[in-house]
Amino acid sequence: MNAFFATVRRDLLLAMRRKSEVLTAVFFFVIVTSLFPLGIGPEPVLLKKIAPGILWVAALLATLLGLPRLFAADHVDGTLEQMALSPSPLGLLVAGKILAHWLLCGLPLVLLAPVLGLQFDLDASALGILTLALLLGTPLLSLIGAIGAALTLGVRGGGVLLALLILPLYIPALIFGAGAVEAHIAGLEVGGHLSLLAAMLVLAAFFAPWATTAALRIALE
Amino acid sequence: MRQSLIQWFKFASPQSFYPLAGRMIPWFWAAAAIFGISGLWISFFVAPTDAQQGEGYRIIFVHVPASWMSMFIYLVMAFWAGLGLALNTRVSAMMAQSLAPTGALMAALSLWTGALWGKPMWGAWWVWDARLTSELILFFLYLGFMALQAAIDDPRRADKAGAILALVGVVNIPIIYFSVKWWNTLHQGSTINLNKAPSMAQTMLWGMLLMALAFWMYSIAVALMRVRAIILERERHTEWVKHAVE
Repeated sequence: MNAFFATVRRDLLLAMRRKSEVLTAVFFFVIVTSLFPLGIGPEPVLLKKIAPGILWVAALLATLLGLPRLFAADHVDGTLEQMALSPSPLGLLVAGKILAHWLLCGLPLVLLAPVLGLQFDLDASALGILTLALLLGTPLLSLIGAIGAALTLGVRGGGVLLALLILPLYIPALIFGAGAVEAHIAGLEVGGHLSLLAAMLVLAAFFAPWATTAALRIALE
Repeated sequence: MRQSLIQWFKFASPQSFYPLAGRMIPWFWAAAAIFGISGLWISFFVAPTDAQQGEGYRIIFVHVPASWMSMFIYLVMAFWAGLGLALNTRVSAMMAQSLAPTGALMAALSLWTGALWGKPMWGAWWVWDARLTSELILFFLYLGFMALQAAIDDPRRADKAGAILALVGVVNIPIIYFSVKWWNTLHQGSTINLNKAPSMAQTMLWGMLLMALAFWMYSIAVALMRVRAIILERERHTEWVKHAVE
């Protein structure tokens, strides 16, 4: 487990040295969500209705923006090969990198979402559900995205390809994440949505590092 | 038992699979033609006009088989891809690669004929019904698989990366399907319900089954033709290909 935490610490440290990369994705999230009212119009009833969907789609795209960097730098300077050769299992190190990616790209979105939700006239309890859903959903996005990032590592046109591969797989997270908030606004029970999100998170936490490791080994061959 | 195993793996080599595929192709084309002609004859001339939907319903004789094949081909593709990944057999990966365009074609055909059917029946080319939406996502999955394979220059890496993507897709398909289904029931007051289709006349069912068989045979024939082309392309450095092409 030491290797796991060392990887997390290393990736966080590297990101802190180059803050702009992390901040870009966060600003992207803020700007995209602010564009929608400008495009659709300032009517509060409509904005409140579409807020969960917009915030979730923006979160998907912001996560996607950070994914190509997950393995790219380590692949270029050979760190990834050293990781594959190291005595600690590669899956554990990959899991550490995914956790670091979530802390850098996912967690800021979770923390910002309530503030952005205020722009859309969501009330306090809806904001709470939104934050909770994103807290369960964004790690899922990082985990699934890591598979795509590993598959497209060093491939021509990797960034666009990554979107094509990963976005269809994000659909269940989008449906249940945004659905939880919508159900809450409509006065329905949200437990089911959140449970399903949590179930998918558990499933992905088990399988995704494994599939990512397999994809990385193929890329390193 | 041992003898039979060797026989199976014999065709895992491109050199011995190439002529086998060549011999099988005419049979599958013939079967596709026979099933197709009889299926079309039943669907146009024998099957009665539907009491509620008129003549327009006849598009389902193409639509339903195309939808079935689009889903079935993804499973077959993932099976070959997984086999190729596990046993490192090259022909398996080539089969997966050759099935993908046919699967995408079937998904596109299913969406297109669905739109043609939806316009007269529902008054809309497209509705966000659970089945339509999941078919669209399946189409995206095919495109992703093909795009990933096309983007990687090294064919062995393309095979393996594609195989992982296909397997991840197979795990996700039921999750996507049920999530779309629940999303749909949550959002839509049941204005349109595909599940309450009127019970089908016997001849309609026969027409549909024959058409499904025709599509199935066509898919196999086309996939085998494509896999032969892939084999020639990838094995072009070998002696036997030089002789085979002559």
